[in-house]
Amino acid sequence: MSFDFADQAPKFMMLLWGLVGFAVVVGGLLVLLDVVPAHFSRRREAALVAASASGAPLPRRTKPREGLFALFFLLPTVLLLLIGLVVPAVRTTLLSFMDGGSQNWVGLDNYRWMFAEDAILRVLLNTLLWVTLVPLVATSIGLLYAVLVDKARLEAVAKSLIFMPMAISFVGAAIIWRFVYAYRGEGEDQIGLLNQIVVSLGGEPRQWLLDSPLNTLLLIVIMVWIQAGFAMVVLSAAIKAIPADIVEAARLDGVSPWQMFWQITLPSIRSALIVVVVTISIATLKVFDIVRTATNGNYDTSVIANEMYNQAFRYGENGQGSALAVFLFVLVVPIVIFQIRNLRRQRREG
Amino acid sequence: MTTTTPPVAAGTQDTSGRSTRVSRVRKRLSGRTATLVTIVIAVVWTIPTFGLFVSSFRPEAQLKTTGWWTFFSDPQFTLQNYQDVLFGRSSNSGQLAGYFINSLVITLPSVLFPIAFAALAAYALAWINFRGRDWIYISIFALQIVPLQMALVPLLSFFSRGVSLGGVTLMPAWNLDGAQNFAQVWFAHTCFALPFAVYLLHNFIAQLPKDLMEAARVDGATHPKIFRTIILPLITPALAALGIFQFLWVWNDLLVALIFAGGSDVTAPLTVRLAEMAGTRGNEWQRLTAGAFVSIVVPLIVFLSLQRYFVRGLLSGSVKG
Repeated sequence: MSFDFADQAPKFMMLLWGLVGFAVVVGGLLVLLDVVPAHFSRRREAALVAASASGAPLPRRTKPREGLFALFFLLPTVLLLLIGLVVPAVRTTLLSFMDGGSQNWVGLDNYRWMFAEDAILRVLLNTLLWVTLVPLVATSIGLLYAVLVDKARLEAVAKSLIFMPMAISFVGAAIIWRFVYAYRGEGEDQIGLLNQIVVSLGGEPRQWLLDSPLNTLLLIVIMVWIQAGFAMVVLSAAIKAIPADIVEAARLDGVSPWQMFWQITLPSIRSALIVVVVTISIATLKVFDIVRTATNGNYDTSVIANEMYNQAFRYGENGQGSALAVFLFVLVVPIVIFQIRNLRRQRREG
Repeated sequence: MTTTTPPVAAGTQDTSGRSTRVSRVRKRLSGRTATLVTIVIAVVWTIPTFGLFVSSFRPEAQLKTTGWWTFFSDPQFTLQNYQDVLFGRSSNSGQLAGYFINSLVITLPSVLFPIAFAALAAYALAWINFRGRDWIYISIFALQIVPLQMALVPLLSFFSRGVSLGGVTLMPAWNLDGAQNFAQVWFAHTCFALPFAVYLLHNFIAQLPKDLMEAARVDGATHPKIFRTIILPLITPALAALGIFQFLWVWNDLLVALIFAGGSDVTAPLTVRLAEMAGTRGNEWQRLTAGAFVSIVVPLIVFLSLQRYFVRGLLSGSVKG
């Protein structure tokens, strides 16, 4: 029952190295950029003085090299992005046309496998279910809540309550909800809230996470629980940004709250609504932690990101894993194009 | 005319009086249902966390046989779960204290590096004139949509096998062991964070008044000087927002840690250990509840104390790739 801090020393050493590295790289870059140009400008001044003293023609004033500065400011970012994102993404695309050991080209086999295998089709279907339900439900609840608490008493507190799950990791959230879904045999005291409610209503306790497709829906609840807060905050800000005179004019016209919502509020926050739906959709497409922690993808609950991890990092099937990653990317693209188009139209109108 | 008007007027008055009364009643009713719906949502959103929190303080025997709500009729309080899960020596107890430190060691540099690099890049993209500027900015912006799943397999092989092209080794394998593996995780997190970070900071830096930069340039300030003395102080709120974002993202991340930190107790963060415990010891609720709370408490404190910055950041950026 003791905790040995000496065991942890190498970690702190490593952290120290990391921080020293940070100071050296960033500080060094700034100092370098400060010192070198100053050095050159001193030399130019000296040359100017010498030239004017000897009566020789003045050296031509060189243009400050903006490009050189930009290069050094951008160097770390561009380099890291190339090594860490661009090149790997291209390689993943290539790997998706190769076999599991990345030795031979197999053409479209991996993609054919994706749509032929029943288990993988199930995965794709589950992902579709996630990406339709989560944005829809989370945004609706967020919007409803934002409208309800707007200008209410204790608004800030009420908002924090819904917003809090955003700070909780997907792993933590999955554990929290697994506890809600926990099962004890019939006749025993239930420890999970959901089964307790079912039992007290006269039903039988169930192993919620074992029956498909209900289990996928219950996992979706977890994601909705996390994302509704995000939707609520963004939409609430949009609602508060509606010009007061519009609201006031509508109220003077005797508009009912219901009409107010559909005819004033909703059209005014349209663009914020789209941003929220798009953001949640993209996050949902990539959901991994919840499924892995709650069911590990068993009982027909797996989704693309989880299957991609399994194929590439557990079964060593790099080709099939890469194909799933590429497919994920392909699914994200139309959503983003939709948003960019929307932003452009908005800018034209505004 | 004059004789017919009064009754009509009276009639209108009458109905309008009734309609305001009806609408007042309806308003109160809708006010009441609104309050009810609000409370129901608020309760559903907080009860699960609350139940877990209460449970983490209940003795094992109690926790495994009765629901957490019985705590209020039969309160039994213990800190044993936390003691076990943090410092317990047996292999199945969690030993989360070490993992907690791992999370800390992973998170700090993974927050600092991308923010610093992104601030430098965002400044260059906003205020230094050079050829191809827009082109570079658009490329970085577009990288936001690449899911990090696209980079995982090659990046891992980059670390473990290095890069060679046609038999020529361009970059040797990193060959890290033990605590050195943290460097891999920092590297991966930094790369993945950059597109969004550059985008967010560029939004802020580009909005700063042009006169400010021109005045500084006329005074002979160089770009690094402007960056340090003018830009950095002005964008502190944006840096804070981004810092909180990245902190929550890294601390709560499972996927990147799972692949680049591995599962060993030397480098794996809390999330990896918790996911593992949930998989292998899914019914050891006395450990899972306390463990989950250990992992939640830090981001929760950061989040609640800096919520204002976080919200501002949320509203200015849109998509986290």
